[in-house]
Amino acid sequence: MMIEGWGRFPRQLCRVHAPRDEAALRMALAEGPRIARGNGRGYGDCAMQRNATIDMRAFRRMLAFEEENGQLVVEAGVLLADVIATFLPRGWFPPVTPGTKFVTIGGMVAADVHGKNHHRDGTFGRFVDWLDLMTEDGTVLRCSPQENAELFAWTIGGMGLTGIILRVAFRLRRVESAWIRQTTLPARDLGEVMALFEANEAATYSVAWIDCLTTGAAMGRSALMLGEHATTDELSRVRRSAPFHVPRKPVRKVPVDLPQVALNRMTVRAFNALYHRNARAGAGTSVVDWDSYFYPLDAILEWNRIYGARGFMQFQCVLPTGAAKEGLTALLQAIAASGQGSFLSVLKRMGGEAGGMSFPREGYTLALDFPFSERSASLMDRLDAITLDHGGRFYLAKDARMAAATLRRSDPRAGAFAAMRRECALGLFRSSQSERLCL
Amino acid sequence: MTAQPVLIIGARSDIAMALARRYAAAGHDLQLAARRSEGLAADAADLALRHGVKASVHELDILDAASFGPFLDSLPVLPATAICVVGVLGEQAVSEADPAAATLVIRSNYEGPALLTGLIANRFAERGSGTIIGISSVAGDRGRASNYVYGSAKAGYTAFLSGLRNRLSKRGVHVMTVLPGFVRTRMTAGMDLPLRLTAEPDAVAEGIYQAAAKRRDVIYVKPIWRLVMTVIRAIPERIFKGTSL
Ligand SMILES: Cc1cc2nc3c(=O)[nH]c(=O)nc-3n(C[C@H](O)[C@H](O)[C@H](O)COP(=O)(O)OP(=O)(O)OC[C@H]3O[C@@H](n4cnc5c(N)ncnc54)[C@H](O)[C@@H]3O)c2cc1C
Ligand SMILES: NC(=O)c1ccc[n+]([C@@H]2O[C@H](COP(=O)([O-])OP(=O)(O)OC[C@H]3O[C@@H](n4cnc5c(N)ncnc54)[C@H](OP(=O)(O)O)[C@@H]3O)[C@@H](O)[C@H]2O)c1
Repeated sequence: MMIEGWGRFPRQLCRVHAPRDEAALRMALAEGPRIARGNGRGYGDCAMQRNATIDMRAFRRMLAFEEENGQLVVEAGVLLADVIATFLPRGWFPPVTPGTKFVTIGGMVAADVHGKNHHRDGTFGRFVDWLDLMTEDGTVLRCSPQENAELFAWTIGGMGLTGIILRVAFRLRRVESAWIRQTTLPARDLGEVMALFEANEAATYSVAWIDCLTTGAAMGRSALMLGEHATTDELSRVRRSAPFHVPRKPVRKVPVDLPQVALNRMTVRAFNALYHRNARAGAGTSVVDWDSYFYPLDAILEWNRIYGARGFMQFQCVLPTGAAKEGLTALLQAIAASGQGSFLSVLKRMGGEAGGMSFPREGYTLALDFPFSERSASLMDRLDAITLDHGGRFYLAKDARMAAATLRRSDPRAGAFAAMRRECALGLFRSSQSERLCL
Repeated sequence: MTAQPVLIIGARSDIAMALARRYAAAGHDLQLAARRSEGLAADAADLALRHGVKASVHELDILDAASFGPFLDSLPVLPATAICVVGVLGEQAVSEADPAAATLVIRSNYEGPALLTGLIANRFAERGSGTIIGISSVAGDRGRASNYVYGSAKAGYTAFLSGLRNRLSKRGVHVMTVLPGFVRTRMTAGMDLPLRLTAEPDAVAEGIYQAAAKRRDVIYVKPIWRLVMTVIRAIPERIFKGTSL
């Protein structure tokens, strides 16, 4: 069947298996080259394999929870949305969350996802106590920092290339309410937003929406959004009486594939509105519910269709702190020069690096998306080159088009990962992405 | 609301799991009975975690009538509602040629479910309350060349439930017969089902849950099936025998 990632590019004809238990899963493994697929929120071709793509969503049971330490054990196909729906009303929240709740826990481990708290708390992998991994021949290994430690480290951020994650034990964090106290700070240019990130290292959550269209003195103007889980005494009296209750909101859906021209204007207007609203002194603090704060895009189902049938491409790199200012300036200049606006442009400060192939490292990450076209493809080649020149690297969960040589140059760990896969005979776990990147 | 326990027999089926989720979401404790029930421990844990209910797992083979008494004695409490989901479709051609295969279909759809629901009914009658829900099939409404071994066994079960309902209606025990049309489950995996006539397991569970609350007697989950079966039953035998429906 034809499948695609969230970016809708590429689209490939793959044989898809949807096993319901381990026995059926083992049978699917016998088919040769294969890759696990979670909820398909990776943007490109990371969760596709023409020969055998294994849909893990039938493995969706929650298995155990320990109230004392917040450890939750789930099957890998459980959705983050279900974890939140079950545990937020009891006062627990995921320790790290990506910008959508429609991801599986297996996908979160495989991409070692980061959230708005990366600078403080690191990636999702830091909160994983152990996982069960089905390897090449169908045996299941318990992996943790103590047991099969090397395989554990490579599996976190390993993009499904070490085996099929079956079960994951990870820690939730305690929260007092379902609300976030958000502060929005406008920044006039790139220098200012970076200074603000650094001045606000203590904030739990921080992320900036950056304007990629404005050039000149105001290049890099941004709106920095800080967030803290609201304590009960920060809530209004009504909310305090039921701190985990959030009134339901309507869910909208993008009805048809939109034409591409509509987008840029929409983005610019929305950005300007946010920026100017918060530029007034003291205007920037508000209390918002968890869903609006962490997952604003989830309120619009299938929003990826705004890019039309040809789909779009994400670009996400991280630049080391020392080279960040210069590198980001060069990236923004290249984007402005190309005249290609990005609908969502996100800048974030990152903390230290984890092991394996985990993407984040200390510095700044910039995430952009562009509608699919020849022009944007050549712009992305340009952005790759700038990233390489500044010692940066790329996020595989977003990639759909990078060249193998680019990955090798950006990340010396790629060679070690490929060698490890050969040594441990893990070569049959491969995705269209890993084939393209020669991993 | 009190968490009235619900017993689900044949709990590993897709319809059964959908029922378990629906009842758990409404706060009911669950007793999950199935053969090879080891695999259900994870499902029970999941239901308990998500919905904050108690869920227990029990081994049961519907072909082993001698075990029914001890099985019922072993339940943590006599449930308020018992739902029998067990069924075997078999392959008609095989059932025609091989008496052993036909016997399995007949016993799994009729004998076993009837005997067990009968015993449960006795205990409910003694207590003076309870709801019994039996999943039969539209295939029992009229025998057809394509599946009459399965269909006749379901017809037997439908008749059994009807009699039970009649017997117990004045004893506080409610009996509901469910006649699902096509449902997208493991049983029908790979079959080319007509979209308008096919239901998802979750929709079947919702339909059963709502109908049980209203104490309905016989339901065809998707209303269109009542119409379809009325027409099919009305066709004179002389004409019916020449059709291939
Ligand atoms: C709107 C949006 C916002 C996002 N925001 C962020 C963000 O802020 N931070 C961030 O880090 N990421 C973000 N992402 C990316 C997303 O978190 C990752 O791509 C994640 O891996 C998707 O999970 P999935 O279950 O959909 O997996 P898929 O997309 O189906 O698969 C992703 C990878 O995980 C592997 N995988 C999946 N399940 C298993 C398994 N059971 N065993 C082994 N390997 C498996 C696949 O092989 C593949 O390589 C975002 C994505 C979207 C669409
Ligand atoms: N799907 C449809 O289109 C459809 C239509 C009309 C009626 N129905 C009826 O709906 C019910 C549920 O069916 P389904 O579609 O969900 O299919 P299913 O998954 O095949 O369910 C049948 C269940 O019966 C169990 N079972 C069979 N023999 C048993 C035995 N000896 N002891 C204990 N359990 C036994 C099976 O257990 P195992 O898991 O151990 O095999 C299975 O869980 C059945 O009664 C079926 O006849 C289905």
